[in-house]
Amino acid sequence: MARAYFPVLMLLGFVVMNALLIIGGSALTIRRRPTPVKQQAYESGVPALGDARERFSVRFYLVAILFIIFDIETVFMIPWAVYFKQLSCFVPLVNDVCPVGNISFFGLGEMLVFMLILLVGFVYVWKKGALQWD
Amino acid sequence: MSVLHGFPALLQAADPNMPPVSGMWFYIFTIAKIMIIFGIYMVGVAMLTLAERKISAWIQDRHGPNRVGKGWLQPAADGLKNLMKEETMPAGANKPLFVLAPILSFIPALTTWCVIPFGAPWPTRWGRIDMVVADLPVGYLFILAISSLGVYGIVLAGWSSNNKYALLGGLRSSAQMISYEISMGLSTIPILLLAGNVSLNSIINQQAWGGWNVVNLTVAFFIFMVSAFAETNRLPFDLPEAESELVAGYHTEYSAMKFSLFFIAEYANMVTASALMATLFFGGWDVPFTARDNIGPYSKWLSLLSIGIFLAKILFFVFVFMWIRWTLPRFRYDQLMSLGWKFMLPLALVYIVLIAAVMLGLSAAGIPEGLWQTAILGSINLGVIILLFAILDRGRIISPAYGRMHPREIERLRLLDRQLEKRHPIVTEAGK
Repeated sequence: MARAYFPVLMLLGFVVMNALLIIGGSALTIRRRPTPVKQQAYESGVPALGDARERFSVRFYLVAILFIIFDIETVFMIPWAVYFKQLSCFVPLVNDVCPVGNISFFGLGEMLVFMLILLVGFVYVWKKGALQWD
Repeated sequence: MSVLHGFPALLQAADPNMPPVSGMWFYIFTIAKIMIIFGIYMVGVAMLTLAERKISAWIQDRHGPNRVGKGWLQPAADGLKNLMKEETMPAGANKPLFVLAPILSFIPALTTWCVIPFGAPWPTRWGRIDMVVADLPVGYLFILAISSLGVYGIVLAGWSSNNKYALLGGLRSSAQMISYEISMGLSTIPILLLAGNVSLNSIINQQAWGGWNVVNLTVAFFIFMVSAFAETNRLPFDLPEAESELVAGYHTEYSAMKFSLFFIAEYANMVTASALMATLFFGGWDVPFTARDNIGPYSKWLSLLSIGIFLAKILFFVFVFMWIRWTLPRFRYDQLMSLGWKFMLPLALVYIVLIAAVMLGLSAAGIPEGLWQTAILGSINLGVIILLFAILDRGRIISPAYGRMHPREIERLRLLDRQLEKRHPIVTEAGK
């Protein structure tokens, strides 16, 4: 089992090595002659005004928070989706197919309840205007 | 495993006669596969920059690059130039993060592909070589996990540059990528419903037997494709580097090879997204119109054919990426966000319930995976699409330009427009 993951590590090592080689190699070949003007932040030709790291719109934080909620919801759905065929059958599957007359609404109902709870939150967020950019 | 997957013949491209390569050979072949595909990626990315410029030239009726080796050596010249260029760094930049950011966006972009199967297994005398670098049982989850790491490189690049344009580009990009990641994740849930497994091999097998998912789940494909465009920061969603507003967005301050790393990452992401679309919705390496080519017996010709077919599918989607870039205008940021949150997300949720309900109905009616299932799912998709585009939408939902205007106001303007047109009909040359 662990052997299946080993190639990922090998690839990761290879890619990291390449990235470092590119950055390191370019450090050898490039010339760097910094002057105060060159080192200014680029602001379309006019001298840079102040610092860039000031306050920015709170909406970006809001999106990040909402993302966490909805992404975790996606994560919860994945095991449900994978196991859906088994969940909607009273008896074990035969050749990946549920024997006729054994359909269970358990899987679908479960997800509907989950989505209903989620929907309440989604409508709240929408009505609060968290999704509105202006 | 056999509980999860009923058909033993469908298990992970299994061929009972031939065990996979083992021992030392496993590592040797893995290294060979990594080297070859990494090389193809790097050369391919270079050629794609040329293709992008040639296609844009073709679409805009110009010549495109045609000087350095008739245009063919242009990518090599660009690479060499970036290697020799002077590099600048703003005085206020955070130096470690500034260097780290391109590396952080390069690594996930070139690691994601390792779980995507790219061909039928190749039989050798040492055993069967699976045409995938890492045949992980978690396949698709690995892709979701790694591809979302790319946002770190971009947001760090934007912040560490200490440049206003870069910061805005980085912020926009992170917000956009995480917003569309949700719809992307949700749009693939129906695929897992059909396949009953997250391993990409079983998704390909399911499509080889049960029809391509682009017919089964057209709406999911639509959502996935739009999300893929947003995830890779390509037009019409290239807000992070909108050159008319933000100079170059998060990589404004980058030059020389550091800029090249961002460039490589962007194109590699595009190739990976194309490969994912091909795998999840267009049957992966499955040879079209042959239903049972993925259970063996294998031959090297089948492997070569399937690799060629997979490459052709990838190139087609890469072309679609470029085609759309030079065809559509850029979204406004509020339009982008409302499309993602107010349209894609609810649509994906409703679609999951719909597909689950249809699957329950199919299994109650005793219809197995196959032509009938595909036909029923396909016609349901057609219905949903007609409902979406012809009845619900008509320029109101999918193009969320209503953002700042009351719907009634838009209707009034439309009516005014129509009346004006009636009073002063537009006479074209052809109409005379």
